Amino acid sequence: MAKVIVVTSGKGGVGKTTTSASVATGLAKRGHKTVVIDFDVGLRNLDLIMGCERRVVYDFINVIQGEANLKQSLIRDKRLANLDILPASQTRDKDALSLDAVGKVLDELRTTHDYIICDSPAGIESGAITALYYADEALVVTNPEVSSVRDSDRILGILSSKSKRAEDGGEPIKEHLLITRYNPTRVKIGEMLSIEDIQDLLGINLVGVVPESESVLQASNAGVPVIHDDTSVSGMAYHDIVGRILGEDLAMRFLEPEKRGFLKRLFGT
Amino acid sequence: MDTMGADIPNVSQQQLPITDSPPVVLKGSVFTLSVLKLYSCDINAIEQELTTRLSSALDFFKNAPVILDLENVQSQSSVLDFTNLTNIIRKCKLIPVGICNGSKEQTEGATSAGLAVLTSQSFDKIVKEKNIKDDKAKASSTQAEVNAPNSTVFVADTTKVIHHPIRSGQRVYAKGGDLILLAAVNAGAEIMADGNIHIYAPLRGRALAGLDGNEHARIFCHSFEAELVAIAGNYRVFEDNVPADLYKKSVQIYLSGEQLNIDTLGT
Repeated sequence: MAKVIVVTSGKGGVGKTTTSASVATGLAKRGHKTVVIDFDVGLRNLDLIMGCERRVVYDFINVIQGEANLKQSLIRDKRLANLDILPASQTRDKDALSLDAVGKVLDELRTTHDYIICDSPAGIESGAITALYYADEALVVTNPEVSSVRDSDRILGILSSKSKRAEDGGEPIKEHLLITRYNPTRVKIGEMLSIEDIQDLLGINLVGVVPESESVLQASNAGVPVIHDDTSVSGMAYHDIVGRILGEDLAMRFLEPEKRGFLKRLFGT
Repeated sequence: MDTMGADIPNVSQQQLPITDSPPVVLKGSVFTLSVLKLYSCDINAIEQELTTRLSSALDFFKNAPVILDLENVQSQSSVLDFTNLTNIIRKCKLIPVGICNGSKEQTEGATSAGLAVLTSQSFDKIVKEKNIKDDKAKASSTQAEVNAPNSTVFVADTTKVIHHPIRSGQRVYAKGGDLILLAAVNAGAEIMADGNIHIYAPLRGRALAGLDGNEHARIFCHSFEAELVAIAGNYRVFEDNVPADLYKKSVQIYLSGEQLNIDTLGT
C-alpha cells in the first residue's frame, strides 16, 4: 500500500525541500520505489537540490492540465533508478493546482510507487493545503526557534482539520516532528529552544534531529541531497530519520555538543 | 428471609426510637415492574397461556406485581371483564396492580375493579425521542475551525469534551454549556464557552468563559501559561507572561464583582 508523506512546516526556509530530497533519496536507497513532488509552484527548488533542473521538460502543472502524461514528466534520478522527481512549474500561477486534479495524479502514482513525498510550499495558503490534503503521514519540519514552533503548531492544526482524512473522519494523519538546524552548543547556553521545549509545545512524536551543518548548504549548492554525504552528521541524521519512518527503533544521535580534541582546541577547527 | 431472622435474636424486644416524624410520608420512587402484554380479550385463552408459561418459571414470578398493557387490545370491540381477569392472574401467583394504554371503557372498567391506571410511554419511543434531541443539539453546536467529528463527545447535550490539542489559529466554542479539554490549548488558540472551562492540560492560548454574560462561570486549568483569560467579558491579558507565582500552576479563575481572581488550586 503506497504511502503519501507530506513535508510541511508553515514557516519558510526551515529545510522542507532539503528534507524532502534526502528522505526521498533515503527511501529509494533502501529499495522502495519513491517519487518526490514539488508543490511549490512558481518557486521551484526541488529540482535544483536534486540536481536535475536542466532535465525538466514537462512539470506537475502540465500533467494537471492534461498537456503531458505522468510518464513524460517524471524525471528519473541520475543516481538511483527507483527514485522519480515530479518538478513544479516555474512559470505558472499558484492556483493552477486543483484538489481533484492533484488527487487523480496521486492515485495514479499510488499504483506505481511505494512512497510519494510531497514537498509543500511555505505558508498556509491553498498550495500548502493542497500538498497536505491527501497525506497519510506528515513530517513537520521545525527549527529550534519560537516563530517556527508556532507555525508548526498552526500547520498541525490544519493537518487535523482540513486534510482529507480529517474531513472523512477516518484515522488521523500520522504526525512526525523533525527538528532541523539544531545546534547543541547554542541550546546549552540557552540561545536555542531545546528538543524537550519543542516537544512539550507541539506534543507529537520526534522522528529525528538534523544538526546545523555546513555540509547541508554545500550539498544543496552542488545539487546532491545531503543524505548522500555519509561523512556529514546531517547525512547520518537523515539516514536515521528514514529508518524511523520505516519503523526502526533507533536512538537519537548528535544531540550533545561535539567534544573538541586538544589539538582542535589549540589550532582551531 | 427466615434464616436471617434467626440470626438476629430478640427482634421483638427492640424498642422503636421515639421521634417527632409523622407516621407516614408520601414520596416518589421508581421501581421496575413486569408488564403483561395482552393480545387477546379471551379470558380462557389468557388463563391457559399464563398457566403453561408460569408453571416453568413459577418461583421467579411468584407474587410479582404486574402491569397489564392493553395497547394491543384497546381497539378490540369485546369487553374485558377485569374482575374475572384479576382473579385469574392472582390464581397464577401474580399481583395485578394496574393497567396502561387502555381505551376509555377499559380504563373505566379497570378503575372500578380496583386497578391503578398508569400512563406509559414505551421505552423504544423514549430512546428514539432522546436521540432526535441529541441530533438537534449536535447540529446546533458550532465549532469554528476545528473539524474533527470523532474527537468530540457529548456528555450532556451542552457539554463539549475535546481530546485533541487545540493549536495555534484554531477556535472552539461550547455554546450554551461547559467545555472540557483533555489536551493542551496552545499559544494562538482560542477556546470559548457559555459555561465553565476545564483544561486538564496546559493552557497557553486564550480562554473565555461565560461568553453569554454568565458571571458565575469559571475557568479551571492544570498548567497556567495563558495569553488571555476572560469571564463574562472581564478579561486580563498577560503581556509579559503570567505572574511567576502562577506560572505552570493549577489554577481556577473566577469573578467577584468586576474583579477577576486567579487562585492556585490544591495548595
